[in-house]
Amino acid sequence: MATIKIPPVLRASVGGEKEVGATGESVGAVLRDLASSHPATESQLFSADGELNRYVNVYLNDEDVRVLDGLHTAVGEGDTLVILPAMAGGAT
Amino acid sequence: MSLSGAELLRQIKSQIDEVDPSEVKELIDEGVTIIDVRGTEEFATGHLPGAKSVPRGHLESRIDGVVPDRSTQVILYCASGNRSAYAARTLSEDLGFDHVRSMTGGITLWKDRGYEVEIPRALSAEQRERYSRHLLIPEIGVEGQEKLLDAKVLLLGAGGLGSPTALYLAAAGVGTLGIVDDDEVDLSNLQRQVIHNTYRIGTPKVESAEESIRALNPDVKVVKYPTRIDASNIVEIIEGYDVIVDGVDNFPTRYLLNDASVRLKIPVVSASILGFDGQLSVFKPYEGPCYRCLFREPPPAELAPSCGANGVLGVLPGTMGLLQATEVVKLIVGIGEPAIGRLLLYDALGATLTEVKVHRDPDCPICSRDPEEISDEELGVFPDYEAFCAAAG
Repeated sequence: MATIKIPPVLRASVGGEKEVGATGESVGAVLRDLASSHPATESQLFSADGELNRYVNVYLNDEDVRVLDGLHTAVGEGDTLVILPAMAGGAT
Repeated sequence: MSLSGAELLRQIKSQIDEVDPSEVKELIDEGVTIIDVRGTEEFATGHLPGAKSVPRGHLESRIDGVVPDRSTQVILYCASGNRSAYAARTLSEDLGFDHVRSMTGGITLWKDRGYEVEIPRALSAEQRERYSRHLLIPEIGVEGQEKLLDAKVLLLGAGGLGSPTALYLAAAGVGTLGIVDDDEVDLSNLQRQVIHNTYRIGTPKVESAEESIRALNPDVKVVKYPTRIDASNIVEIIEGYDVIVDGVDNFPTRYLLNDASVRLKIPVVSASILGFDGQLSVFKPYEGPCYRCLFREPPPAELAPSCGANGVLGVLPGTMGLLQATEVVKLIVGIGEPAIGRLLLYDALGATLTEVKVHRDPDCPICSRDPEEISDEELGVFPDYEAFCAAAG
């Protein structure tokens, strides 16, 4: 079971949790597991062709999965995935 | 029989080697070590080019730090050639320096000959007191403080993030603070925008911020831009600044700022906040990734609640703004490890700090190219996001 850190803008889609557990042997599989448990996250994570949306970054521990094997990157027990959409967060 | 002062001086001068200013002038070009033995206040009024200050009262304790090698050729001078004569004897007789000479006539004769005098950018007595806690940190010291005083930092926004950043940078003695904000102080701002206050509700934020900065540190020059940054004015506004502090509240401006700052090669210290969460990174063009390397595209409006007002814990912009201020100081002084290529994620409720790596994108539409190739038309090119925001209400 991997741990997924949920960003503020997605927390409403997972019942307000900051961290959610999900299973899978690759980044793609873990995120698919998240999307099946919490369907509201699917369109926010994946584009129509099944790829990660370009405005969402996913990190395996501290590394961007795009510089690893993308959705095929292997995930081990105890790994943490960080989902990170851009945050424009205002000063005003 | 004891000697009079004048007799002692004559005796000392007969025992040491002296050198005429004309010869010293030649030797300066050859890189001879020149020591000014006057007091620090005298040194600050002007000294021989390249001279180092070792006041005679501290000669024995400090000379090793300045001239570690006893065989170095050393020339000492003072105001008229007397104190340097005593100092020359101390160095040669007591400390074993082989080649020490005292310049005849001191800096007075040097000036009479019309030779060049270097006037150091010295901190005033008041500045030494004001910045004394900086001067005590070796990583900053006088040199770092002078860099801060010479620095020009532009703050985009005098709001939640800009308020603490501006106050602390002003306190730190950043010499010029530019502030871009077209807003007025509102009662709902005061839960977090600590540079403003209740009496200034309705006042332009740039005016209110300037008043607070002046009161805190009159050393700081405030440049006010009561306007909104857009593609037509951004280059003109940001050009000439050393560091930009990004506290903007919307994606179009954030991308515009990124593109323009890459073109002008100005580092941007960026932070954003929402609810109890904050993000921080330093985008230093061509040394690390840019904002478009991190997020090639902005999210759709429903994932980016920046279109309207959002809740935020009042102290969170304080936390994130001060992390920004810290990064600014590090960049200016040139110390530490700035958060370049790293994104820090702060969760205030959990009291956790997570760090992820950010890489330069070899296909980045902006920073994969030379700055001169980035045209005006390309700055801030962006999907139709404002329309999206408008549609989202």
